[in-house]
Amino acid sequence: MGSNMAENHPVGFQWVMEARERGARIFHVDPRFTRTSAMCTDWIRIRAGSDIAFLGGVVNYILGHERWFDEYVKHYTNAPVIIDEEFQDTEDLDGFFSGWDPEKGKYDVSTWQYAGMEAHGAAGQREEGFEPTKGEGSGHGGHSGGLEHGEPPEEDPTLQHPRCVFQLLKKHFARYTPELVAETCGCSVEQFVDYCEAICEASGRERTGAFCYAVGWTQHTVGVQYIRTATIIQQLLGNIGRPGGGILALRGHASIQGSTDIPTLYNILPGYLPMPHTETYGDFESYMEANTSPTGFWGNFKSYWVSLMKAYFGEHATPRNDWLFKHLPRIDDDNSAYWTALQMLDGTVKGYIIAGENPAVGNTNSRLHRLALAKLDWLVVRDVVEIESASFWYDSPEIESGELVTGDIATEVFFLPAAAHTEKDGSFTNTQRLLQFHWQATEPKGDCRSDLWFYFHLGRLIKQKLADSEEERDTLIKALRWDYPTHSAIQEPDAESVLQEVSGREVETGVFLDGYTSLKDDGSTLCGCWIYSGCFKDGINQTARKKPLWEQDYVAAEWAWAWPDNRRLLYNRASADPDGKPWSERKKYVWWDAEKGEWTGLDTPDFEKDKEPGYVPPDDAEAQDAIAGDHPFIMQADGRAWLFVPHGLEDGPLPTHYEPQESPFENSLYSQRANPRRQQFERPENPYAAPGSEVYPYVATTYRLTEHHTAGGMTRTVPYLSELQPAMFCEVSPELAKETGLEHGGWATIYSARTAIEARVLVTDRIPPLEVQGRRVHQIGLPYHWGTRGLTTGDAANDLDHIALDPNVHIQESKAFSVGIVPGRRPRGPALPRFVEELRKRAG
Amino acid sequence: MLDSYGTEAQERVGFFTDTSVCIGCKACEVACKEWNLVPEDGLVWTGESYDNTSELGANTWRHVAFVEQNEPLHGDREVDALRWLMSSDVCKHCTHAACLDVCPTGSLFRTEFGTVVVQEDICNGCGYCVPACPFGVIDKRHLPRRDAPALPLITKQEDGRVWKCTLCYDRLKGGHEPACAKACPTESIQFGPLDDLRERADERLAKLQAEDWNGARLYGRDPDDGVGGFGAFFLLLDEPEVYGLPPDPVVTTRDLPGMYRSAAIAAGAVVLGVVAAFVGGSR
Repeated sequence: MGSNMAENHPVGFQWVMEARERGARIFHVDPRFTRTSAMCTDWIRIRAGSDIAFLGGVVNYILGHERWFDEYVKHYTNAPVIIDEEFQDTEDLDGFFSGWDPEKGKYDVSTWQYAGMEAHGAAGQREEGFEPTKGEGSGHGGHSGGLEHGEPPEEDPTLQHPRCVFQLLKKHFARYTPELVAETCGCSVEQFVDYCEAICEASGRERTGAFCYAVGWTQHTVGVQYIRTATIIQQLLGNIGRPGGGILALRGHASIQGSTDIPTLYNILPGYLPMPHTETYGDFESYMEANTSPTGFWGNFKSYWVSLMKAYFGEHATPRNDWLFKHLPRIDDDNSAYWTALQMLDGTVKGYIIAGENPAVGNTNSRLHRLALAKLDWLVVRDVVEIESASFWYDSPEIESGELVTGDIATEVFFLPAAAHTEKDGSFTNTQRLLQFHWQATEPKGDCRSDLWFYFHLGRLIKQKLADSEEERDTLIKALRWDYPTHSAIQEPDAESVLQEVSGREVETGVFLDGYTSLKDDGSTLCGCWIYSGCFKDGINQTARKKPLWEQDYVAAEWAWAWPDNRRLLYNRASADPDGKPWSERKKYVWWDAEKGEWTGLDTPDFEKDKEPGYVPPDDAEAQDAIAGDHPFIMQADGRAWLFVPHGLEDGPLPTHYEPQESPFENSLYSQRANPRRQQFERPENPYAAPGSEVYPYVATTYRLTEHHTAGGMTRTVPYLSELQPAMFCEVSPELAKETGLEHGGWATIYSARTAIEARVLVTDRIPPLEVQGRRVHQIGLPYHWGTRGLTTGDAANDLDHIALDPNVHIQESKAFSVGIVPGRRPRGPALPRFVEELRKRAG
Repeated sequence: MLDSYGTEAQERVGFFTDTSVCIGCKACEVACKEWNLVPEDGLVWTGESYDNTSELGANTWRHVAFVEQNEPLHGDREVDALRWLMSSDVCKHCTHAACLDVCPTGSLFRTEFGTVVVQEDICNGCGYCVPACPFGVIDKRHLPRRDAPALPLITKQEDGRVWKCTLCYDRLKGGHEPACAKACPTESIQFGPLDDLRERADERLAKLQAEDWNGARLYGRDPDDGVGGFGAFFLLLDEPEVYGLPPDPVVTTRDLPGMYRSAAIAAGAVVLGVVAAFVGGSR
């Protein structure tokens, strides 16, 4: 669900095909019948934006038919934990949880906590200035929980207490019946029940099942909660930490996983360590206290953090200067990409560097981004070709319509050609957390340079310029270790030397570290990313290992290197029962060897090697020592998977079905229509269509094709790919074509409250209309690869979409929004904005 | 078939394209063009499902067909009965190859691997092979020539020579599998000794039939068919015509010996008649 795996992840999809060949049932639940659906045993059509209703229906089915994996649920999840008596559910408050503050538009999460815990308080969203309480404050998997030792204060192992998580879950999803699912999603009751049965069968001691998702789940105003719903299903079925189980986040690019681990994100440092905030963590002590969990592996936060500072600043970072904490940059707001674009539009952000991104095509409401770029003083674009984000000032729909005039744009644009992956050494981190090293095949041509080259030499020059600076603000630049060896005529930095620093060493001896358990909080180790520690163990580039699978074991442990500790399956302690025995012979993976007194198995155990299954933590235990021997989820403060999330999420401890920002329908369950906590930006450049608008009656969804990559910079310029998908098109059903007069092979104009685009018409049964809430709704499919540059050009689908974001991760809602469609090409020149304006007026 | 190669003869190799696992990614088309330097030949959006390549030709040696049908993949389910057939087509490397029979220059030849290949430095662009192919595979390139002409015969701008799949003859010589098979992520395109592939295909067909796949059949596997069996054969999920393939291809030169015989007899009769007329007339 939420993914088109065959088209967008064809190499990984070979394993899905293998599973099908071995008799697995593969379901594709999607608005369109895609190349993925064609390969699956079953396809279920649903309305874009209705997945939580669907998955919530599965949760209800599991609970209603007593199909959960009882032992797993009782021991490994927080199902028995009793929640604060003040907690109220969306069922009680018609679409809101307790703690909603209508003025701030945010939740106070204190009533979502475990009952009997002393520390209540807000969590997450450090950037917006909440004051975190002890042991809280991370959006990442429960750094903590405010637990004094690993156990929640109040539990009911029988799962009968009305306020235990299990009962709350039951109540929360009780109305998500197959009939409601069918009515909301547009699938049939029979198909849905068949799906539920198949899912339930992939559970228990002998069997497992997996979910594969991609941005079809993420890109919604309630995107994080889509994935949360799947985690609930997989916890109930006992499908986490076991072979063949899991929730697989399919990545849209070879190293998207890598770019969150060692982030290009604004709010985290490498290894998911929170970025300091202007208000939240004023000083070193409060930063440490807020992020160091008393229990679980996040109890070692300081070791990870100090080792990072030693990697950055070497001998300049000392305990006496708090490892230079006070000089670190701070975030002070949302600071995400969309927020930044709005600040450009307002004139407060003056300069911008774009690398590996094409917001003028790839970001929603692309028009707004182009207008924003035109307000900058300077813009640097580093890419392999001159993308639309670099050419907006002379070649864009706004130049054509006269809304922008080249001579009036003051932005100074610097285009710096980038080297392709074949022209540099480096590693990719894939969706399985596998770091795979690749070597340069050919020298970059002309002025093309790798990112590593660019940032290294930029840093070197800045350091040179500031060498004599007395300014306090330049302390960090001056302190930065920046001594990577270079080679070749262009002085390319040695990529392996960077990987060595990422992996970590002892400061004194330079000896390579074995892994993150060797990290120290006293400054005696350096490590650029704690989760990657050990990837250069023994001085060997572990990520460059390429032993074929037929020469090694079941998990292919000697192919590349997986973080952390070359562990191929996270939380794999859960593949054994509470006593440490495999759940079954067929599904054995990691188990307790009583004779040797250690965990062993097919993979690196994700548990302390000698911690017995019967281990009970003493009262004064800290960090991982506070996690019991039968609690596999060692990064959590209580060692369990969370069915109910007491903190870390902005929009609720349980997922709830909400309609998208723009939708033709009311919420079937609550009078609260959409996610109340979503981020909206109502302004003239970003108008929203009113719910149920008759001017924009259809559900649009955007997607990729196998033949192109994201915003097209890397593929619309390649002849062999361009000829395979040479034009922007839209997919519509024969019924919609008839209703609106569209002709197959002709042109269509598709319009939203933002603008209008044109596309060729592909009439196909693969995007059928649906019956939702007793009426028929049509969906329109829009690939989003095109722009004004390259061999094949066309209008950008993202021009149509709005900016409304998920509150947890600030991602846009690309997968469901409202449009209208008419036959023929769109108006040109100034007639285009007039056309859009007239429609907006008609919509009111 | 390969007797003339003596000790250099190799085991006959080919492709088994199993369309039941083809995901329509077109990696074969791209890999083929990349490896063989086949030119891009037009950015034309066809509206034929996701197929913007349309057919095999001088500039397309692998072509993935996309067929949308309102039928179930398995059994007789009616709800949302849709299937999307995808199949990567290629030169069949026929056992009895008419293109090779009619080539006057010897440019087309059978390799030591049993495959059929055009030698571009010998082809004079006569085009006899084009109508000879029962599948419409081989084709003249109507694009500007890229390299200097090997022969002074063709000096105009247009290439004019015929081109088709070589089953990556150069890669085979180097001990590698063809580019398309190498790139295929799901092993839809399988390369190997033809006898092995036929065995594998038989097993595969039996499995699909046991699993109730609709329309599963082998196409071109049979050595007794009209072209003596394909060197590159297929597992299809419907009639060959659905994929744009001829249902019962016959080597177009099959009747040539007979035709020559008939022509010789007719010519002889004419000669005899004329002689008789003269002889008779002299009386």
